[in-house]
Amino acid sequence: MITSFLAKALGRNIVITVAILLALAALVPALNLLTAPDHPLHVPTYIVSLFGKYLTYALLALALDLVWGFCGILSLGHAAFFALGGYAMGMYLMRQIGARGSYGNPLLPDFMVFLNWKELPWFWQGFDMFWFAALMAVLVPGLLAFVFGWFAFRSRVNGVYLSIITQAMTFALLLAFFRNDMGFGGNNGLTDFKDILGFNIQSNGTRSALFAASAIALALSLVVTSGIVRSKYGKILVGVRDAESRTRFLGYRVEHMKLFAFVVSAMMAGVAGALYVPQVGIINPGEFEPANSIEVVIWTAVGGRGTLIGPIVGAILVNGGKSVFTAAFPEFWLFALGGLFVLVTLFLPRGIVGTARQFFERRKEYRKAKAVEEARAFAAAEPQAAE
Amino acid sequence: MNTLVSNAKPSSILYLDGVSVSFDGFKALNALSFVIEPGELRAIIGPNGAGKTTMMDIITGKTRPDSGEVFFKGTIDLTQKDEAEIAQLGIGRKFQKPTVFESHTVWDNLELALNRKRGVFSTLFYRLTAGDKARIEEILSTVRLMNRKDDLAANLSHGQKQWLEIGMLLAQEPELLLVDEPVAGMTDAETAETAILLKEIAKTRSVVVVEHDMGFIRDLGVKVTCLAEGSVLAEGSIDFVSADQKVIENYLGR
Repeated sequence: MITSFLAKALGRNIVITVAILLALAALVPALNLLTAPDHPLHVPTYIVSLFGKYLTYALLALALDLVWGFCGILSLGHAAFFALGGYAMGMYLMRQIGARGSYGNPLLPDFMVFLNWKELPWFWQGFDMFWFAALMAVLVPGLLAFVFGWFAFRSRVNGVYLSIITQAMTFALLLAFFRNDMGFGGNNGLTDFKDILGFNIQSNGTRSALFAASAIALALSLVVTSGIVRSKYGKILVGVRDAESRTRFLGYRVEHMKLFAFVVSAMMAGVAGALYVPQVGIINPGEFEPANSIEVVIWTAVGGRGTLIGPIVGAILVNGGKSVFTAAFPEFWLFALGGLFVLVTLFLPRGIVGTARQFFERRKEYRKAKAVEEARAFAAAEPQAAE
Repeated sequence: MNTLVSNAKPSSILYLDGVSVSFDGFKALNALSFVIEPGELRAIIGPNGAGKTTMMDIITGKTRPDSGEVFFKGTIDLTQKDEAEIAQLGIGRKFQKPTVFESHTVWDNLELALNRKRGVFSTLFYRLTAGDKARIEEILSTVRLMNRKDDLAANLSHGQKQWLEIGMLLAQEPELLLVDEPVAGMTDAETAETAILLKEIAKTRSVVVVEHDMGFIRDLGVKVTCLAEGSVLAEGSIDFVSADQKVIENYLGR
């Protein structure tokens, strides 16, 4: 069962991409750690962390693509699942600080001491254990997606209405996490992390390991997503996207189909968030900002929705562009991003990868047609030979 | 009329009694009653707005009636079920506009329509068995699309899409098939072939065809029900119905 699922998942492009990601997971840390800083092949630590961050963005875009590209659910709230995964990891990192905080309280994080709290709230229990935090980084976004999706899909909320309520969801969470008495550090969020699993979070080794973990998580998610979209279930998802009522009248429970994809996608976004936070060193309510979710949509659209490689390419290119652009013309980045979205929508509706794929398919068909034609011309020219 | 209909309930495949529904005050169906026998091929005609599509919406669970009874196989109350449940019970529906999965191949369209377990996990780990493969090939030849099996459904002609949709209904293995205007936009040759196809299908299951094309209905040569303003105007052979004064006034005479 699982083997046939995997066999279907591993198309040629997927194998190549996974191989590249795994090679990067080995090579980049090696070049960072084993070469001297003045070596021409040396990868500086800030680059390792920067690209580690891009890889978590790529995972988030891949998660969005599963629901938007393949099932037609345009979620404008995916950054919320990302942020929740990030907060779960942030809570673990906060508790790892222990007595090294400014107030030196062995149990309570600094912001709680500052707010004059006497004991750890119940929802902070267990986050001193890595496995628990890791589990929560997946389960909490999954549960939120399940509850949200259960009501939305059962009531057949579709199209732009669904997009609007996903946006409202992330906005509501933004406001909630801003409040100090929520117990998540309010406005400032969680920061000043010291170590993860006993390793110094600032050290080159940890940074490299986090980069490798991000690349591996992305590769695994790519295989799982590919298995999903190439299964019969994945074909039904595309059916829901293109002709929802036909799927229903064939006897499929469209709400269950959507719900599964939405929950899997939210969990992947949670993993991305959990890998993002230790690499950037902070998580605050700004991650719930509605604009963040919209940016994810742009990365996916630029790379190519409905392709699996597209969102990865899009996330890395757009964020790479953002890093360069905001350094050169900090004022104009948002205009550039908006312009990019308009241009892609108008001239590359299938995105970079989708357009490239279309080009190669057309060329293949053209060659096939030409070969048939030549064979015919040959047969016509030499009737005896054809017999 | 109603007592006559009630007596037929236990042995019928589809039973509608006094079904009414209105949208914003407009009565789309007004005490509609009729009975389809097992194995019957029935044609339904009527002017635009007579309630033909609304009737199909009610049978397939898309719309709930304000009042009246709808029973499948005498005992199953369809008004309590949704589209997916009704489809799984064995009622297939073909839309007026051909509705196939355009970005899937012809083969995949049929594979998705196949009457197999339809849950998330059984479809996630589904493998094409030899039996399923043979069944899909059988349907491909019934609907004459064998040589297009690897083409995207989007690239089929209008008539071929209609046939693919009929093939998908066959793959669903329904006991009752509802077919909405199957020959709209078809050439004469395609229309004649579709009539043969539907008669072939009706040998093993009940079929209800909604159609405007009188020539096509004559080709089918079956019992006809004429609807107007949400209720039955006349029922009988095509000659009987087309001779009916009310039918001529409401429909044919226009």
